Amino acid sequence: MSDIIRVMIAKVGLDGHDRGVKIVARTLRDAGMDVIYTGLHRTPEEVVDAAVQEDVDVLGISILSGAHMTLFPKMLKLLEARDAEDILLIGGGVMPDEEAAALKAMGVKEILLQDTPPETIVTTIRRLVAERGPK
Amino acid sequence: MSKELDEFRRQFEAWEQIELAAFLKKSPERQAESRTVTGFPLKRVYTALDLAQTPAEDIGLPGQYPYTRGAYPTMYRGRLWTMRQIAGFGTAEDTNGRFKYLIAQGQTGLSTDFDMPTLMGYDSDHPMSEGEVGREGVAIDTMADMELLFEGIDLENISVSMTINPSAWILLAMYIAVAQKRGLDMHKLSGTIQADILKEYMAQKEWAFPIRPSVRIVRDCITYCARNMKRYNPINISGYHISEAGSSPLDEVAFPLCNLITYVEEVVKTGMHVDEFAPRLAFYFVSQSDFFEEIAKFRAARRAYAKIMKERFGAKNPESMRLRFHTQTAAASLTKPQYMVNIVRTALQALSAVLGGTQSLHTNGMDEAFAIPTEEAMKIALRTQQVIADESNVPNVIDPLGGSYYVEHLTTQMERAIFGVIEEVDRRGGTIKLIEEGWFQRRIADFAYETAIKKAKGEKVVLGVNKFVEPGEKADIETHPYDPASAQRQLDRLQRVRRERDQREVDRLLDRLIEVARTETENVMPVTIDLVRAGASMGEIVGRLKALWGTYRETPVF
Repeated sequence: MSDIIRVMIAKVGLDGHDRGVKIVARTLRDAGMDVIYTGLHRTPEEVVDAAVQEDVDVLGISILSGAHMTLFPKMLKLLEARDAEDILLIGGGVMPDEEAAALKAMGVKEILLQDTPPETIVTTIRRLVAERGPK
Repeated sequence: MSKELDEFRRQFEAWEQIELAAFLKKSPERQAESRTVTGFPLKRVYTALDLAQTPAEDIGLPGQYPYTRGAYPTMYRGRLWTMRQIAGFGTAEDTNGRFKYLIAQGQTGLSTDFDMPTLMGYDSDHPMSEGEVGREGVAIDTMADMELLFEGIDLENISVSMTINPSAWILLAMYIAVAQKRGLDMHKLSGTIQADILKEYMAQKEWAFPIRPSVRIVRDCITYCARNMKRYNPINISGYHISEAGSSPLDEVAFPLCNLITYVEEVVKTGMHVDEFAPRLAFYFVSQSDFFEEIAKFRAARRAYAKIMKERFGAKNPESMRLRFHTQTAAASLTKPQYMVNIVRTALQALSAVLGGTQSLHTNGMDEAFAIPTEEAMKIALRTQQVIADESNVPNVIDPLGGSYYVEHLTTQMERAIFGVIEEVDRRGGTIKLIEEGWFQRRIADFAYETAIKKAKGEKVVLGVNKFVEPGEKADIETHPYDPASAQRQLDRLQRVRRERDQREVDRLLDRLIEVARTETENVMPVTIDLVRAGASMGEIVGRLKALWGTYRETPVF
């Protein structure tokens, strides 16, 4: 298998804030990863299906609308239902620290909040993939 | 060049060669070069030589073409800007309570934030609405919600701004229907809907239909209001979201002026003269962190607008050439770390909006980077404006920076660059074509990326993020709680309205809506007002039109 990390970056729900998600997509691409960006307004089902089909290592979800406590648990359930828990789910956006901690306790691998330096996103993804090992 | 200026040039050159050179030798400057956020190179000092590059008639006087010095002859000496803090969460009753609190605190206009389903034209019970109902703003499905939203508020005397776009015309219809039910005079209603759909495709990304039918709806709002609501602003052409999506200050003004040109062309095609509707066109800008560039931006926007309306569209009425705008301080400039510093950032941004001559202002809450604001955060934000208004003595002189060598130079530089962008857009085939090609979107994404890199390298300083960082800082802040029960209350009301209405009448009007939509020359407003009065929901109206017009899917660029 190739050791190029495959990442899907997605916007789920009605939220249209895409400044951060595009910067992340571009940063990861420039870091040599294979990046798929879904575009806006996807349903959790669409995104998980696409992530499974594309066989990605990492699924990054950006939510700035406040619906993260509804949408992330739903994504985790869908990944579990499709037997795809080896896809590492990470998140980004605006949320209080306690909610980020709660999401990590549920199984979201990392929450990268506003003003995370691009380099940190790259190193975090490399570390998470290395920790998981080959799929 | 005049004799005095010639003499001054010699003095200036001598100063550079003698005093300045000697001083630099001993003590070099902090950085070799500096630029504005847009990238205009900055000189160490501006002088009469720079001012001489701006024709005197471009500076002019307040309330006079080209309005560089302000929209009105007395500006804040006559009336202060409207303090308009946006509010919206939960159900209409919840937001109505916040409105009344803000009015009691001295706020002078209302501004409404809607939740994502309302903004996108979905009902609260649509599957896409899950987790979003009443979260980021207030949920509005039917006219019954609108009545509760403005319960006990005197709509003839307080202006109401509604921050909404693809579904704006339905909210306007509900607002009209509520006012009619109360027996109010339509020509006394003042306020605005945002209804600026083109910047949605560029930046904020809220849409329901493809571009062309969406622009037609905007056209219909403008012509309807011009005839029926003389004091109402049917559109707020916005740079704010373009900036928040990552653009430069230049593009934040240039892109909305491209959108303006498209809207005016559409309305003029209906046979309406520009002077019949242009006096009610309004704008909405951000106030970012580069203090003087922002002031210059506002002044340049006024001048560029005046010239466009006069020269490109042949406006004769001075009111058609006078740009009026609302300002919001920059949400994306606020940080979670050391969040109290946000109060200071916001105060400076608010001051540059006032020095730039804004007509109304929203100052962000210090908790912006956490959640929607608490009452306490909004009170401090409002007090920030009140300090400028009542304690600083700033409002008592009009355009106090007028004539500043630096500010006038930057204003002229900004204005010329704005026309540069407009000419490029014209040359490349116009705004709609370039939106379809992703041209604006790419320019915004590129600038946003560069900004992120500059922040990461520390070239763009953000206190608490890349300078003066306090490791292990624990945010001790109370955030606005989301009430999960509010979504259920909203669903209950929606179902009750559906149960109690005359379904046959709603169906008949929905069919009529489709006929109107098919006929390009008809106006969608009257039938929409009938529909909301009959109890039709926003989602039903949008849904029927999507079946006719289709929807929009963006090809993302990054």
